[in-house]
Amino acid sequence: MKPIKLMSAVVLAGATLMASQVNAHRAWLLPDAASFSGEKPIATFDAAVSNEIFNFDHFALDPKQFQVTAPDGSSVEVENGAKLRYRGVFDVTLKQEGTYRVFTASQGMRAMWKDADGKRQMYPGRGQAFDQAEFDKVVPKKADGLTVSQFSRRLETFVTNGTPSDNAMTVSGKGFEMKPVTHPNDLYAGEEATFVFLMDGKPVKGAEVVLVREGTRYRDDQDSIEAKTNAKGEITVEWRGAGRYFMEAEYEDNKAKAPATERKGSYSLVLEVLPE
Amino acid sequence: MSFVKPLLLGAASGLFALHASAAELRVGVEIPELSVAEYHKPYVAIWLENKDNREVTNLEVWYDAGMENNKGNKWLKDMRQWWRKSGRELDMPVDGITAATRGPGKYDISFEASDARLKDLPAGNYQLRVEAAREVGGRELISIPFSWPVDKAFTASKSGSKELGEVALSIEP
Repeated sequence: MKPIKLMSAVVLAGATLMASQVNAHRAWLLPDAASFSGEKPIATFDAAVSNEIFNFDHFALDPKQFQVTAPDGSSVEVENGAKLRYRGVFDVTLKQEGTYRVFTASQGMRAMWKDADGKRQMYPGRGQAFDQAEFDKVVPKKADGLTVSQFSRRLETFVTNGTPSDNAMTVSGKGFEMKPVTHPNDLYAGEEATFVFLMDGKPVKGAEVVLVREGTRYRDDQDSIEAKTNAKGEITVEWRGAGRYFMEAEYEDNKAKAPATERKGSYSLVLEVLPE
Repeated sequence: MSFVKPLLLGAASGLFALHASAAELRVGVEIPELSVAEYHKPYVAIWLENKDNREVTNLEVWYDAGMENNKGNKWLKDMRQWWRKSGRELDMPVDGITAATRGPGKYDISFEASDARLKDLPAGNYQLRVEAAREVGGRELISIPFSWPVDKAFTASKSGSKELGEVALSIEP
């Protein structure tokens, strides 16, 4: 990992922490289109945290935090990045044929406790990134009300030039992730799609998944699709028409590694469903 | 010859072969006149799709193949069914399949059974599919079911409502 990427992870942790403090808000990375044809097409993205799907009504995500993995597994830099007031914008040139993953992910531990004066403390603090050495130094081994949790966040999307490729179906095995069964860039209204949710590489039951089709501003209800993963970690979705969908998943259990007592994961994805 | 029906084996097979060599598949495609402020000739894909194994046999694809830097490829995906079923796996242009876009009018294209596109087509149930997509316009897909090969002349047609006029299929045994 290049230094710039490490820095990006720091920026992300800050942004996502803030995002988690305003629960109703949704963080997303939106491609203008997900399927491309032609010579070196350019995919363009908006990255924001908002209430409405997909309007820019809360704050911007910094383009610098995003990483791009090309079909051949190599890393690609984002281009023309800019952080506007309410959205981050950037482009990715799709030089190769196949599927690109654009993502930001972070994992670590979070601790809360009361110090000797009874004052509430937390690590990492607001806008601060997780760092193991810093964690070991700052967090007491024993303290009043000490709770430690493992956290994992991932925000991503996929875009394809030409034929969708299988590299989109691979996962890192770290943190809370989605492994597509149906290719994420081969989705059509009138068909079903299946996705598996994993924690540290293993399918998890009971993860809560919500999908919302774009255009919430122009209808009375969220009209969200809600599902919980089965024993195989799967959900199967019946699309409510063509359009871009925001997907958000959350999971927590108590199978954490000590000193953490629980592990929590959150995941966000934007998918484009094409008309039949 | 995989498409010879069992009944035709033996004495009849010679006769059938004679017929097969004369067989022809004709497709008529009408591009309608549209009264719009900005008109671009549509991209059109014409293909045969096996109903059982979904195998696609491309007959023709009309698009802007001649543009600088293959810029015309950008809109191929707008023929979304064709793009999904075949286009995205092709290295365009494809010799013998790609042709220039055409303006309003009626076009007939015919293929002899010996044509490279048809000679290895397995017997079965098919659909003729014609999909048109127009820049800053709409998109329309017409499907006509048929069986291949035929023992007597077959004709069928359907009319589009927006981007396509009449689409006709006729097959001579």
